[in-house]
Amino acid sequence: MKELKALLDGKTTSRALTEACLARVESLDSTLHSFLHVDKSALERASSVDAKSPLAGLPIAVKDVLMVEGMPATCGSKILEGFMPPFTATAVKKLQDAGAIVIGKTNTDEFAMGSSTENSAYITTRNPWNLDRVPGGSSGGSAAAVAAGIVPAALGTDTGGSIRQPASYCGISGIKPTYGRVSRYGLAAYGSSLDSVGVLGRSVDDLVPLFEVMVGKDPLDATTVDAPTSKGERPFAPTLDGIKIGVPAEYFVKGMQAEVEGRVREAIEMMKSLGAEIVPINLLHTEYALPVYYILAPAEASANLARYDGIRYTPRESEKSLQDVYRQTRGKRFGAEVERRIMLGTYALSAGYYDAYYGQAQKVRTLIRRDFEQAFENVDAIAAPIAPTTAFEIGKHGGDPLSMYLEDIFTLPANLAGVPGLALPVGFDNDKMPIGMQLMGAPFSEENLFAIGRAYQGATDWHEMKPNV
Amino acid sequence: MSLKIEEVEHIAKLAHLDLSAEEKARYREQLSDILDHIAKLNELDTSGISPMANAVVGASPLRADKARPSLPREKLLQNAPDAEKGQFKVPAVFGEKKK
Repeated sequence: MKELKALLDGKTTSRALTEACLARVESLDSTLHSFLHVDKSALERASSVDAKSPLAGLPIAVKDVLMVEGMPATCGSKILEGFMPPFTATAVKKLQDAGAIVIGKTNTDEFAMGSSTENSAYITTRNPWNLDRVPGGSSGGSAAAVAAGIVPAALGTDTGGSIRQPASYCGISGIKPTYGRVSRYGLAAYGSSLDSVGVLGRSVDDLVPLFEVMVGKDPLDATTVDAPTSKGERPFAPTLDGIKIGVPAEYFVKGMQAEVEGRVREAIEMMKSLGAEIVPINLLHTEYALPVYYILAPAEASANLARYDGIRYTPRESEKSLQDVYRQTRGKRFGAEVERRIMLGTYALSAGYYDAYYGQAQKVRTLIRRDFEQAFENVDAIAAPIAPTTAFEIGKHGGDPLSMYLEDIFTLPANLAGVPGLALPVGFDNDKMPIGMQLMGAPFSEENLFAIGRAYQGATDWHEMKPNV
Repeated sequence: MSLKIEEVEHIAKLAHLDLSAEEKARYREQLSDILDHIAKLNELDTSGISPMANAVVGASPLRADKARPSLPREKLLQNAPDAEKGQFKVPAVFGEKKK
């Protein structure tokens, strides 16, 4: 990462970089709306940071579903209006301990439920490539902030595509790690068996330094696993000799935007010209990922969001009776998408429907995971589109939640299987909107994906394209 | 499938959501559409397939059951809408009138 290198080489200071980030927020964010909270005290912290620390005072932004002590956390919801978290998420804490300076909290769909940031209760973020379009979601604030050059990197979360899809819509890179690789402690839980915390940055080189700091076992998240990382300088392999990349037929479907398929196929050709062997594969249960996800994620959400009840850390809307406190506070302060998913999940878990919905979905999830396990017996990575279209216009899916859900069909399977996914920009459509490709790998194979991504980005310059903002 | 309005009301009650008549009507329609799409799962024969409850790779190791310090009480109460004497305060639970 060039900003980190400049810091480590003493060519710039954390204070100078942080000041530049804050100035850029000031000048851009009244149109872009990528931040929900900007922390001016970042400058003080930047002045006193250890310049010899691994991240040397690198300014970053954090999606507002992750807790950072000293900054409000809204999760994009009115139900957490004014909430000040009493602790910091492990992933953020590790970055701060390594010398990162958090300059603020970025916009998100309410509780990360959405694909556009339009479900944020506060504001809709604009796509820096075209202000009439969405930046994608739910980590749309982080993606827009990186794409617009406000911060060199930002944290996001990915439960069904919420890092990869906005990275694709904004023309940047992003890593959704293996489930369990990065601690979820301090992340407001949405779908606990699917949630993962990752990084968005312009290039793969921008993701790696943060990713390496964030990973590892955390006693505060029982699902975290220690997997060896190859720390420090890794040799840059300019070719992909000996790498097998699978291309799943199920990810090139009727109805998808022709330019998306075109650019992704060109990117695959590029990897082939770099030495990779391209192997056609099948992930036969791909079409079932959407119905499985929209049972399991809402079911988990309906339980996770029960804690927002007007008692402990949310505003309270009634004083009449305890039942009234719950029902009024939640009814008035949750937005429509959150209410819909809570209702859907409650229904799927309710007496008489549990086996037909939740039980069946868990079994089909096994089939989806098996598809991936079988594929990774033969290939090192799977290359596929991230979304069937480029960024859509603000308001396009208003009132039709199912049509919005269909934007997620290519990203959901990785979350269901728990495998990592790396988003890479691979070109533009005829309207100059960015197109992304994802590389999915076996659990804990992020380093492989980074190596492939770096080779691709070494031969292309899509990750260097910047919007005119 | 089409949800009945009584079913929507029952779900809202279970989920502790106070909804307007207009919201109930809208959610009824939208949830019915989504459930129609979800019904696709019934195409698959899953007999003999074991359910996948989470995505953890390998067994989740157990940890020692040792006490450790928690966050201080004042910090945990700092966001409470109502607190008294170091406790969360709520309206009476057993039908008592609030003073």
